[in-house]
Amino acid sequence: MRWWLPFKASTFTGPIDGLFLAILIITGIAFVLVEVGLIWFVVKYRQRPGRKAFYTHGSTRAEVIWTAIPAVTMVALGLISNHYWVQMKGRNSIPPNAYPIAIHAKQFEWQITYPGPDGKLGTPDDFTVRNQLHLPVGRPIVVLLSSEDVIHSFYVPQFRVRQDAVPGMDIKAWFEATVPGTYELGCSQLCGLGHYRMRAQVFVQTQEDYDVWMKQAAQEASS
Amino acid sequence: MGKLGVVAATGGAVLVLALAGWMRPGVPAAQGGGTISGKVKFTGAKPAMPKIDMSEEPKCKAKYTAAPPTEETVVVNANGTLANVFVYVKSGLPATYKAPAPAGPVTLDQDGCRYHPHVFGILVGQPLAIKNSDGILHNIKAKGTKNRPFNISQPAVMTSDRTFTAPEVMVPLECNVHGWMHAWLGVLPHPFFGVSGSDGSFTIKGLPPGTYTIEAWHEKYGTQSATVTVAGSETKTADFSFAAK
Amino acid sequence: MTTVAATSHPAPAHHDDRSFIRKYVFSTDHKIIGIQFLFVSLFFLLVGGLLAMQMRWQLGFPGKPMPGGGVLPETMAPGGVILPEYYIQLVTMHGTFMVFFAIMPLLVGVYANFLIPLKIGTHDMAFPRINMWSFWSFFAAGLVMLASMFVPDGAARAGWTMYAPLSARHDYSGASIGQELWSVSIILVGLSSILGSLNYITTIINNRAPGMTWFRMPLSVWSLFITAILGLLALPVLSGAAIMLLFDQIIGTHFFDPAAGGQALLWQHLFWFFGHPEVYILILPAMGMVSDIIANGSRKPIFGYHSMVFAIVAIAFLGWIVWGHHMFVSGMNPTLGSSFMVSTLVIAVPSAVKTFNWMGTMWRGNLRFTVPMLNAVAFVAMFVIGGLSGIFMAATPVDMFIHDTYFIVAHLHYVLFGGSLFALFAAIPYWYPKMFGRLMHEGWGKVHFWLTFVFYNCVFFPMHILGMGGMMRRLYDPSQYTFLQPYQPMNVFISISAFLLFATQIIFFVNFWWSLKKGKPAGLNPWQDNGLEWTLPSPAPHGNWDRVPTVYRGPYEFSSPQVPEDYLPQTRKLPTDREPAAATAARH
Repeated sequence: MRWWLPFKASTFTGPIDGLFLAILIITGIAFVLVEVGLIWFVVKYRQRPGRKAFYTHGSTRAEVIWTAIPAVTMVALGLISNHYWVQMKGRNSIPPNAYPIAIHAKQFEWQITYPGPDGKLGTPDDFTVRNQLHLPVGRPIVVLLSSEDVIHSFYVPQFRVRQDAVPGMDIKAWFEATVPGTYELGCSQLCGLGHYRMRAQVFVQTQEDYDVWMKQAAQEASS
Repeated sequence: MGKLGVVAATGGAVLVLALAGWMRPGVPAAQGGGTISGKVKFTGAKPAMPKIDMSEEPKCKAKYTAAPPTEETVVVNANGTLANVFVYVKSGLPATYKAPAPAGPVTLDQDGCRYHPHVFGILVGQPLAIKNSDGILHNIKAKGTKNRPFNISQPAVMTSDRTFTAPEVMVPLECNVHGWMHAWLGVLPHPFFGVSGSDGSFTIKGLPPGTYTIEAWHEKYGTQSATVTVAGSETKTADFSFAAK
Repeated sequence: MTTVAATSHPAPAHHDDRSFIRKYVFSTDHKIIGIQFLFVSLFFLLVGGLLAMQMRWQLGFPGKPMPGGGVLPETMAPGGVILPEYYIQLVTMHGTFMVFFAIMPLLVGVYANFLIPLKIGTHDMAFPRINMWSFWSFFAAGLVMLASMFVPDGAARAGWTMYAPLSARHDYSGASIGQELWSVSIILVGLSSILGSLNYITTIINNRAPGMTWFRMPLSVWSLFITAILGLLALPVLSGAAIMLLFDQIIGTHFFDPAAGGQALLWQHLFWFFGHPEVYILILPAMGMVSDIIANGSRKPIFGYHSMVFAIVAIAFLGWIVWGHHMFVSGMNPTLGSSFMVSTLVIAVPSAVKTFNWMGTMWRGNLRFTVPMLNAVAFVAMFVIGGLSGIFMAATPVDMFIHDTYFIVAHLHYVLFGGSLFALFAAIPYWYPKMFGRLMHEGWGKVHFWLTFVFYNCVFFPMHILGMGGMMRRLYDPSQYTFLQPYQPMNVFISISAFLLFATQIIFFVNFWWSLKKGKPAGLNPWQDNGLEWTLPSPAPHGNWDRVPTVYRGPYEFSSPQVPEDYLPQTRKLPTDREPAAATAARH
């Protein structure tokens, strides 16, 4: 059982895991300060006969310090996070040469339409497959998400990618897989009684293997 | 002679009573009754049925060792007949007709991620025992318009019962976890229906005498009707023919 | 009803000749209404807990027959094995009951009603009859929500967040009238909240006793006041959304159904525009009451009283502009993701300020660890964890990964249970004597506290790890995913801890009921506190005071050099005190 984030298999793991660790350190420091402080106070200032509490209403200086430090930290965190957010999800973030795959979510399956051997969606050689997502490694992929019925969510933990598929909307999400292997795509938005079983197998392959698979699959689809 | 006569008379009485009990007067269509049978032919090029890729469900895929499963929208038999045609009496029964109580439930089985049978009929009020033999999650969504729709899940080997309250031809059934799974159910107020099998033939037995409109329904090719008059316990033939589109 | 202590406050002169029904059932007395909310909400807390226990059974032991599950109908759990559609009903109803029928009414319905007139020095709320309707509409809403679990096709099942179009169409959810009843119940609960808010706001603005200036009000009252404003503005949005949903469900409108021209995201915007202020409704009263209890338990004034007030106002104000952080991956314009991230990170600051001020209050205090104080300190320790985990999800790139995972479940339970519920475990025994004239059993209260604290952390802390591993929410059977199978032992550990946690609450419930008749009789002021309510008999009489008291100082004058005792009540007049200027309340 892993005690940390999942196996890293995309280019997003760098920024996301890095940010996660940075936040863990910052919040960890705050956590230790507060919890250790509380335990220390609980022990040191417990009631004893003859003791009296120190009568004070506060300290403006303390207020300024412990307002300013969190505020500055949060603003800095926001600026750094936003930089990566714009890169991953921004309106103009999708790399121009990203390989397109259309994914139509439906209770309770993923209908995956490949662009076929010509590499373009919307041409006659496109074909649709259920619940099997084949991806070439090492190049940006753009997934065109749509939904037949309710809100679903495209989620591959090892790629750190998540995007809701909303009926009535066509939403693009991009990522780049870095490690060949088999992964799982899960639905990450409650979509009905079959939500827990709405999964697809994800095969990340080298470009050569992917091309071989593509040829075979396109042939089977047209027969 | 006297003793023998008593025994014979008693035996005869017993026999008559047994026969009478067996015949159960008052229940229509028990013994005898007319029969309508026929074949559903298919003309034209047999359409190729796409293969079903069950890779996402290894437990089901493993059950197909001989050949991979194909979709069942159009099943043309080796002898050029069409299977899975639902043939039923649409009209012609007397207004006073009352269907006998069904003998037991109709079973719909989910095995190998397919519905067995693909097309079938049931009486109004007769229990449908929906069986999950696969042991993996199936849901059964019944999209009736005259019958209350339902959507129930079966995550393990189990049987769930449902009944239908209104005649409806046909109620579509589907599984949403395995999008290729479809079945069709005809709910009728009488037991006079049949489904064409692997030889394309169907039989409807036990009809009271009368003139009937029978309808043949296919999920892709629509419906066709025929009028048949039966009297007594004769057998009449009604053939249908669907053409490839 | 109670011993009359030898004080200078005479028993009420007017004769209380109301009938039993008028006194205890259809009462307009704010204290009785508060107690009614208490009994009914504690019942719903139990209901919410029972629903959670069933969920934890399925998560820990997927597909196994649940002990006692045989009583459930075949449509929910054939042979005691929970079905997927029943599981998502459990998820939905657990959230719904806990948020709307347990935590919100326990914090607001009970304590706003019970404490406000007592703590500001007036006889009752500004609109006592409207107050009564606030309780009865809540009660009706609860009955409707309970009924929704027993109707054909079962209860609503799209999560307590009820996203459309899953919630709007029966052919998508498989539910039928249960979905409609959820909407109806929510509309009634909204009504209850709005009626209550009207009272709390008006009473605090208009009916404070002479000398009770704004900055002499206890933080519990400040927080309830700000919460009431949040409620007044937020609940109508929920009610409006619920009405639109109900119309989609029954009269053929299509607000939320894209297949017919509606917008799925519209529901989310409306719901979360309500939903985010709602979570501050669920924490601010807790923070306020904890402030009172920690100052009392430390025998020290609250550190930074004015900062604390400004922090409450800042949290409430900022709470209106963060709702989009629930929608970062919803398909909403990503530029909004940036702006909502900034506002969300900023809202962490006032909560941090409050935490430091609580610690400042305890620093160099003379700490008394009564049951309320133990639970109040635990509130600070646990709320901090919940607040810090929120920072992970405020950072949008990280949220892309942890959204809709158990990391979120851990966060929300740390703030709602670690925060709000521990605050209630502090507040209930603290004001119990003023409600019922007796004290809850202190020893068993401590046993309950320690066991709850341990088991609670065993249940919810590991959920952070599950979320980091990618375990999604609302999954009937996580073992269907290969990457989640290694986490199953942790799910078992959490489930067993949850069963023990639930069992521990029996101690609290028994203590509560037993003490009603057998608890130690409380005097006027068992905690040596400064608030106005502690000058009245326990339990406080109908009408509270014959003559409204005068207030000479703030509520946190503990260990003041002016007197030898370590507390100095707000209404005690010292030779050096002047009478206040014009009274803010009507003269009695």
